[in-house]
Amino acid sequence: MAETVFAPWDDPSEKPLIRFRNVTKRFGDFTAIDDLTLDIFEKEFFALLGPSGCGKTTMMRMLAGFEDPTSGAIELAGQNIAGVPANKRAVNMMFQSYALFPHLSVWDNIAFGLRRESSDKTAIAARVDEMLKLTRLEKFARRKPHQISGGQRQRVALARSLAKAPKLLLLDEPLGALDAKLREATQFELMDIQEKTGTTFVIVTHDQEEAMTVASRVAVMDEGRVMQVDTPQQIYEAPRSAYVADFIGDVTLIEGKASARVSQVAPEAVETDVAAIAAHLPRSAQPNALGMWLHDKVLAPVIGPRVEPVLQLPAPDESEKASSADTPDAGIDIAWAEGQPPLIAIDADPALDGQTVKLALRPEKVAISKTKPDAVNVLRGKVIDIAYLGNLSTYHVELENGAMIKAQMANTRRVSRRDIVWEDAVWVSWTGTAGVVLAS
Amino acid sequence: MMRLSPFNIVSLTLGLAFLYLPMLILVIYSFNESKLVTVWAGFSTKWYGELLGNEAFLDAAWVTLRVAVVSSTIATVLGTMAAYVLVRGGRFFGRTLFSGMIYAPLVMPEVITGLSLLLLFIGLGVDRGVMTIVLAHTTFSMCFVSVVVSSRLVTFDRALEEAALDLGASPLDAFRLVTLPIIAPAVISGWLLAFTLSLDDLVIASFTSGPSATTLPMKIWSSVRLGVSPEINALSTILIGLVTVGVVAASLATKQSAIRAKRDEQTAARTA
Repeated sequence: MAETVFAPWDDPSEKPLIRFRNVTKRFGDFTAIDDLTLDIFEKEFFALLGPSGCGKTTMMRMLAGFEDPTSGAIELAGQNIAGVPANKRAVNMMFQSYALFPHLSVWDNIAFGLRRESSDKTAIAARVDEMLKLTRLEKFARRKPHQISGGQRQRVALARSLAKAPKLLLLDEPLGALDAKLREATQFELMDIQEKTGTTFVIVTHDQEEAMTVASRVAVMDEGRVMQVDTPQQIYEAPRSAYVADFIGDVTLIEGKASARVSQVAPEAVETDVAAIAAHLPRSAQPNALGMWLHDKVLAPVIGPRVEPVLQLPAPDESEKASSADTPDAGIDIAWAEGQPPLIAIDADPALDGQTVKLALRPEKVAISKTKPDAVNVLRGKVIDIAYLGNLSTYHVELENGAMIKAQMANTRRVSRRDIVWEDAVWVSWTGTAGVVLAS
Repeated sequence: MMRLSPFNIVSLTLGLAFLYLPMLILVIYSFNESKLVTVWAGFSTKWYGELLGNEAFLDAAWVTLRVAVVSSTIATVLGTMAAYVLVRGGRFFGRTLFSGMIYAPLVMPEVITGLSLLLLFIGLGVDRGVMTIVLAHTTFSMCFVSVVVSSRLVTFDRALEEAALDLGASPLDAFRLVTLPIIAPAVISGWLLAFTLSLDDLVIASFTSGPSATTLPMKIWSSVRLGVSPEINALSTILIGLVTVGVVAASLATKQSAIRAKRDEQTAARTA
């Protein structure tokens, strides 16, 4: 079978499983969800990411049926589910607190939902055993929730919510109560189970790392609005707003005024230009056409092929070297501080010309060195702070005009042999495509 | 074990004596041979025998028990419902007023409750008897039940009910299968509270009973007005004994379940 990339959101013929259409939810004067439109597709692992109070939990509760939208429609498989009570929806939820029934055993907890819709004891028992196996809880079937550990409780909650084979599973901060190590293991377990069961998962989280790890797509939310919906890579590499760039991962934002770098001459014209300049150069002695013909036909076998003289331009002076020398004339220049060379973003839209923009730089894309590197964007600065993260170190560098920039480097050497320390004068540099330009 | 200082010993003795000396005297005199309550004439259990032969007392005890069981059961149902609505009903119009009003009988003088109930029954033309005592007891003990149950409901994780609904249970099933089993201890203690309140009550029962129904406290009260008899002492001793057994059993059961819960948690932590 041909390996196809899972991306139903790019396929216009694909019908979304869930569709939020201009959904607004108000609690009194407070608007929790503000005219939100969003599609979630079948078999997706969709993450709602945002700080607390951004409306992500409200969205989940509307999907589960615990809240109704003030206006707009929520469609599940093409049907408007507003007004359908929670107990009549093919949607199950895993609660943040797990909400296991303390008076029932693990087995009875998982069987609870199945017993509500069927009285076939053997079928229920088979399904519960299947769930226990899936979540590796066979040994704990007879225990009560307070007799098992936190990680096991989390798996019981998952098994219980999956038992009815819902079309959609909602996970509300499912790993919040687990410690870091267990959380990581559980993330992979969740992805595995999602793949095995083929259920659509919608996860709510404020942990961006968790969202990036598990999700096929992430919706970054703020104050009841979706700021961006994209794959984790796109969200990280191509954030569309300063908010998203800042919320996902670490970023340095530099504000400045954009000016287009569109060149007066096309790339071919540059070569002609070089020839034209060469024409004005002082001429050294050169053979004429007859001499060349003679050399090629007669002398070449004896004294070797003719050496073509190399056309050379005069060396550019220091001021030119920083920018325009070997950088393609595309994208924009960002004038960001008095007396500093403009920052160059080659892949930015030249239409931003004249606007105030923000350049978002990920620390790992900023290099730091003690000698001046050969790069498109090079700035001088001083190391103020070093955050040692084990595998990485983040350097906080103060530039000459007082602005701060973060640079990250892998610690390939032991700390004792590190050559950049506090107060060192350093160069920070990045390529013309490392930053993302955001219109503000 | 910590040694008690002389001061602590004195305080302890005084406190306990203050609480239990009257009861102790009552218990001792219940075994008195003499018919005169205040003169000791040797040990005897004859008053207990006389008590068993006293139809009036046994009738009163039976009435009291029936009234207590029926009224505390009705009060528990109504009190639990009221508590559920007040805690879970959200912010409906007049909620604060209702929650204030449900607690009013807690501080209302019994005489006033009894009198108003009497006036109501007369106004309605209801024949006073066991039924009216049951109604009256339900009225005043219901608010105690609702206080006990609502304090439990406040700490109850609402997500549990939502989980039940989410898994397809109807609201009624969610209450029956999840909420009720979890708040059961509070409901039971509410019932016990209502039961003992009904057993104890003299004032309200006196107002609302008729000639056909006499509860035990009323019977004791009326006999004491004619002079304290050793039979009353015997009866009271039995009541004290019953209450003691009940309290001790309840506290042992609570302690046992606490120990079991702790052991379970330790096992869980070990196997994790």
